[in-house]
Amino acid sequence: MTQCNPEQAPKLTRKDFISDQDVRWCPGCGDYAILAGIQRVMPELGIPREKIVFVSGIGCSSRFPYYMNTYGFHSIHGRAPAIATGIKLTRPDLMIWVITGDGDGLSIGGNHLIHTMRRNVDLKILLFNNRIYGLTKGQTSPTSKHGMKTKSTPFGALDRPFNPLSVAIGSAATFVARSIDIDSPHLQYVLRRAADHKGTAFVELYQNCNVFNDGTWESVTDKDVRSDRLLVLEHGKPLVFGKERKKGIRMRPDMSPEIVEIDGNTSGLLVHDERRHDEGYHFMLSRLASPEFPEPIGVLRAVREPTYDELMTEQGRTVSQQQGKGNLEKLLHAGETWVVS
Amino acid sequence: MSDIESTQSAPGGRQRPMSELETVVVRFAGDSGDGMQLTGTEFTKSIALEGSDLATFPDYPAEIRAPAGTLAGVSAYQVHFSSQEVFTPGDQPDVLVVMNPAALRINLPDLPRGGIIIANVGSFTQPNIEKAGYTSNPLENGSLSSYQVFAIDITKQVALALEGMGLTAKEVGRCKNFYALGLMFWLYNHPMEREEKSIRAKFQKNPKLAEANITAFRAGYYYGETAELFPTRYVVPPAVIAPGTYRHITGNEATAIGFITAAQLASLPLFCGSYPITPASDILHTLAMYPHYDVITFQAEDEIAAVAATIGAAYAGALGVTTTSGPGMALKSEAIGLAVMTELPLVIVNVQRGGPSTGLPTKTEQADLFQAVFGRNGECPVVVIAPATPGDCFWMAIEAARIAVRHMCTVIYLSDGYLANGAEPWRLPEVASLQKIPVTFRTDPQGFYPYLREPMTLARPWVVPGTPGMEHRIGGLEKEDVIGNVSYEANNHEKMVRIRAEKIARIVHEIPEATVYGDPSGDLLIVGWGSTYGAITQAVKSLRRRGYRVSALHLRHLNPMPANVGQIMASFRQVLVAEMNLGQLLMMLRAQFLVDAVGFHKIQGRPFKISEIVTKAEELLGAREQAELCTHAEAV
Repeated sequence: MTQCNPEQAPKLTRKDFISDQDVRWCPGCGDYAILAGIQRVMPELGIPREKIVFVSGIGCSSRFPYYMNTYGFHSIHGRAPAIATGIKLTRPDLMIWVITGDGDGLSIGGNHLIHTMRRNVDLKILLFNNRIYGLTKGQTSPTSKHGMKTKSTPFGALDRPFNPLSVAIGSAATFVARSIDIDSPHLQYVLRRAADHKGTAFVELYQNCNVFNDGTWESVTDKDVRSDRLLVLEHGKPLVFGKERKKGIRMRPDMSPEIVEIDGNTSGLLVHDERRHDEGYHFMLSRLASPEFPEPIGVLRAVREPTYDELMTEQGRTVSQQQGKGNLEKLLHAGETWVVS
Repeated sequence: MSDIESTQSAPGGRQRPMSELETVVVRFAGDSGDGMQLTGTEFTKSIALEGSDLATFPDYPAEIRAPAGTLAGVSAYQVHFSSQEVFTPGDQPDVLVVMNPAALRINLPDLPRGGIIIANVGSFTQPNIEKAGYTSNPLENGSLSSYQVFAIDITKQVALALEGMGLTAKEVGRCKNFYALGLMFWLYNHPMEREEKSIRAKFQKNPKLAEANITAFRAGYYYGETAELFPTRYVVPPAVIAPGTYRHITGNEATAIGFITAAQLASLPLFCGSYPITPASDILHTLAMYPHYDVITFQAEDEIAAVAATIGAAYAGALGVTTTSGPGMALKSEAIGLAVMTELPLVIVNVQRGGPSTGLPTKTEQADLFQAVFGRNGECPVVVIAPATPGDCFWMAIEAARIAVRHMCTVIYLSDGYLANGAEPWRLPEVASLQKIPVTFRTDPQGFYPYLREPMTLARPWVVPGTPGMEHRIGGLEKEDVIGNVSYEANNHEKMVRIRAEKIARIVHEIPEATVYGDPSGDLLIVGWGSTYGAITQAVKSLRRRGYRVSALHLRHLNPMPANVGQIMASFRQVLVAEMNLGQLLMMLRAQFLVDAVGFHKIQGRPFKISEIVTKAEELLGAREQAELCTHAEAV
């Protein structure tokens, strides 16, 4: 990642990150709010526009790079993490964002996503999750609810859905977070945190598709219910939620979580620790799902581990030190040679 | 063993007479675990140092360790060496060294009558004989009476030689190959000392094993000297070889080194995204040794990620190369379309193997030409080139890189299993003689558009992220001419399709004209591409020696083809296209040039033999002669 140095970089504004292209998402799409959030956060990072690349695959969300006035690559279905990896390894100084969706990232591109995360390539991956295929007009996606009726599953989807956060934590991602299209301040906070993370930052964004899957997140994100249905994570703070903040989460002796009523006294509750190295607790958090539990938003996991690009650079340096910088003469004459005169 | 020219009796009671040979083909064959590849490469090194010209080919099974003694587990290595120019590893062995009955069973059909068999009789046990599918011992039942058989109990000899060295039975068993090597060193009069040094170097980490192998090697050598089994020893005089420094090189090594060289000549980092696949993996292995040459190797999670990462690297300013074989090629095709649409430089190496599907992973074939030229959705033109020999892989790798970066296009480089693993002595080029590959990244934002084109080549500018003031977006959707914004406009699409085709077509002006081996006109032109070069050239050479008006045309550029191909073909009465497929180049030539060419096909996972091409050519020429005779007869 490029060094953040806001004092030296020319002061950029949100406008600097808006491209000249008309935004072509359906009116009312959750993508607009996410685009606005990113365009707000970008100038704060102090990174010049030319050092930023947005890479996407295929799907509604993957139109994103066209709307950012940075470098952008709208690639093919599911392959954005792989393309972004090639860019990052060639130019480790660039900051690279991958924009993907539940179909692009978890279905056709699932393999690239998990391997990118396990390698810890320094990429920021935003997965817009609307639990439907929008661009192809409404088929079931890998995050669609079991039994959901769509064009391709008129009698109900037989699939069991993926939980993107569990996939990320299962792949040992070093940064895993979740936010919501309509919660602008929280969204911007999570984006900033992802930007600051060194390594693969995976962010799931609850996003509404008002045409093919309207209201899919309503039951947890609606103003009236959200304080009971969402668990806002803060590092070092106990897991407390609810309108009155009178509910908390603790572990039973059998290592399963339970909700308990609290009355000011948070002792015995789980205290959020995003920096724990082992994934067990973070995985448990990722499994908290409505209606039994509130769904966690915020940063679940943020641990610093060497990134693939750092290790690659380091290895190259070591070999160069041991063997000397290569030259063609040495290359061609490697191995056994003989002279014919 | 042909061409015995002179026989000289060496003085001294136990010295055998020395026969001079022009050319020899030796094949070592044994179980996969018998170390035949090592034996072959060690012998080859020594042959090169003795000054012969040579070519080699390993033939190993797809199974890493098939059950010992079975037919599936047989591994072989053939070396052809000569005092004349060598074009192929040889049609058939003169000497067949077999370490077990299965190796004999598999390889005997290739040995001509009168050929030499050196067999490890110690491994011809009843179970091994049965595993090879023999009902009785072929060494004893008279079935080999038309060959010269030398049955030696190598197993026992090695065990005796290594007695008391404190080795396990398994370790002793693994020294058998060096015994066989020692015997060959004696037979062909190679010096022992050099090999002993080589063994010591090879087994540096295990001096005990090094000594054991040297002992076995010497035992083999001295057995030849003492046992009075062989009536003569042989010597192949040095070949007339262009002066220079040489190394032994396989096609895969030459490909890897060629790309590193190309990147250095272009002052670009080299990025190779790859996924392991036979027979291409050695290119990745070789490249991975060179991080200090600005080489980034990335072993991706799959073939698609390998090409996708490479496209990303090219976008970011690297020389992007991805290496694979047919099945991987199939997986990469959508991404190749992206590279064509975004007009980024990309080189894809396809080391072809037998297909379709998993096919024959370790065997050679040339059946991916259509896939390379046509195998994508949409009008998706790419450049296709093919190296002709293992050494030529170096030059064609540079050629691929040069075309890709100059024309901002995709280049498919079609090697094959035969080139990849085949080896030949390769004369090292003078570094100073290598031409730089000019690359300019556009950095001037004034008047910049992503799809502005260089008027000559139609290449669009290469702008790498990180360049201030030139932020822009590219992708797989159709682009508006010049401007580069997404466009679904009907006429614009046709225009862009035509521009992309024209861009590739124009490369014809920058590639060398094709040259004919032999006369520029005649009765028969044999056209080939890729690894058939050696067999076709040697076949034409021998046909010409016999007075036939035959020439050869070898294509290294397949799309576009050199400008003079049509005219060359028109200068011959007949055109024969010999390829290891059912006629893919044949169909392309017929379609492009309306030439009534005929095909000669071999799809056996094995390269053409010289004799097969000679016979086919004779058939075509003979048919014509017969027709002429008929006319004469009628006239009489």
